[in-house]
Amino acid sequence: MKIVALCGLLGYGYSEEALRIAFSEKVDYLGVDAGSTDPGPYYLGSGKSFTDRAAVKRDISLALPLALEHKAPFIIGTAGGAGSCSHVEWLREIIFEVAREQGLHFKLGTIYSDVTKEYVMEKLNSGKIRNLSEHFPLTHEAVEESERIVSQVGVAPFIKLLSEGVDVIVSGRACDTAIYAAPCIMKGYDAGLAFHMAKIMECGAMCSEPVAAADVMQAYIYDDHFELRPANPARRCTIGRVAAHTLYEQSNPYLIFEPDGVCDLTHSEFVQKDERTVSVTGSLFKEAETKTLKLEGVKRSGYRTICPATVYDPLTVEKFPEIVKTVNAFVKENTQKTLPENSYTVNYKTSGGAESSLGVVIDVVGKTQEIADTVCALIRSRMLHCDYEGRKSTAGNLAFPFSPSDIHVGEVYEFSVFHIAEVDSLLETSEFTVEEV
Amino acid sequence: MKKLVNYTQILRSKNAGPLFITFDLIFSGSDEMEYVLKRLKRSDVALAYGIDEKEIDIIAYKVVNSIKITFPRLNISGSLCDTDIYGCQMHMPLANIEI
Repeated sequence: MKIVALCGLLGYGYSEEALRIAFSEKVDYLGVDAGSTDPGPYYLGSGKSFTDRAAVKRDISLALPLALEHKAPFIIGTAGGAGSCSHVEWLREIIFEVAREQGLHFKLGTIYSDVTKEYVMEKLNSGKIRNLSEHFPLTHEAVEESERIVSQVGVAPFIKLLSEGVDVIVSGRACDTAIYAAPCIMKGYDAGLAFHMAKIMECGAMCSEPVAAADVMQAYIYDDHFELRPANPARRCTIGRVAAHTLYEQSNPYLIFEPDGVCDLTHSEFVQKDERTVSVTGSLFKEAETKTLKLEGVKRSGYRTICPATVYDPLTVEKFPEIVKTVNAFVKENTQKTLPENSYTVNYKTSGGAESSLGVVIDVVGKTQEIADTVCALIRSRMLHCDYEGRKSTAGNLAFPFSPSDIHVGEVYEFSVFHIAEVDSLLETSEFTVEEV
Repeated sequence: MKKLVNYTQILRSKNAGPLFITFDLIFSGSDEMEYVLKRLKRSDVALAYGIDEKEIDIIAYKVVNSIKITFPRLNISGSLCDTDIYGCQMHMPLANIEI
């Protein structure tokens, strides 16, 4: 069976020619991952995507008609970057637009994987939450404060929709591996091989050289092994690249944790089949007794205003810690009667400084945008003119690269939930729609 | 004595989810890998990052002559005082450890 990964992330682009080459032989499934937590908590909180709409539309508008023409179900995971309902709707709208423009008709299945605070509270109260890090335990307060919480679903909801014969799947937050492993497991292929193959495929042509997240990758799965070969003839898979890819972004190179269990790569063997193809055997899957889903939630921490600046004078650089103390005391005194207590947080994010200039971003997060503005403006003006012993550059301490100097960043989110929930069913957080487009 | 970075072909850091940071050290051969694996002290890594030694995982992945180091992030990704959301520029304290 042949599975094609469009690219490492929907909206990152791929070579059109490589996609045509991939479809010059029979393709059983086409997949692409559309999200990640890498860009941080903002996107889940705001409901916006970190990928660009025009780029996502381009990637879909070339791939969708090809997939439909070849009757290869097109599976998209973690829609809109973070995979909440808003993100899923954002991507669905793009797909409808492409379908209208090109006159395409198909059966669309959608997976929503948001969970309610009540669901998470119930898990917490019944002792079914596991901490990933002991530094980040789940509290009732954290759940209560959460703006949005999603579950990262595994293969189960994909298998359900594929077995109903949908042509396209748009999913909310999902394991990257689920996109590629689901069709293999549904067809009865070994789960160890399926998950290992999926783990490598989810980054597109990242496992080839020259390395590229932005290109088409191909996998061929058999009963006792799988093979990987990039579609683009300018790239090749090597044992080094393929094996090294299981290191990437993983805490352990031998184990891939999945909702259904764990994929063990201790006995995996890699063989260079031909110049551009690597063959893999020996990856084992061990089903977990208790199935789990990871939950991801964010809370709104306030609103951010920043001011970037540079200090070039080494005297000022040397005195910078002292200046910060003076400025902080000044701001405290000048806001204590006008701003509520604990209504803002200040961080000075600096780089350089030891033997060169010092870059600083004055970073203020306030309970409201107005508070952040007020505090940032006070810090900026006080820091600009702050005196210190031996000062020669008395006209100002900061070089501002912009006018206005202060920039609204807007809403700020932080992760509030990043935990494992024990579940009775791997479908319990999924909701589905199936429709004719 | 050479800095760790001088023994490696690839030395990179990246989030393993927002709560953890993971480092991949890839060597051009198994000799270099074994040499570093024997001499890299957990206590040096702990000191370089201001974390508890017990929280550091060091795993050799010999298939590609590499060593993986993972530990919890002090400031999780996207927290108010975080300065590296992806965690992909956190490798310098490790790179500068003398071997």
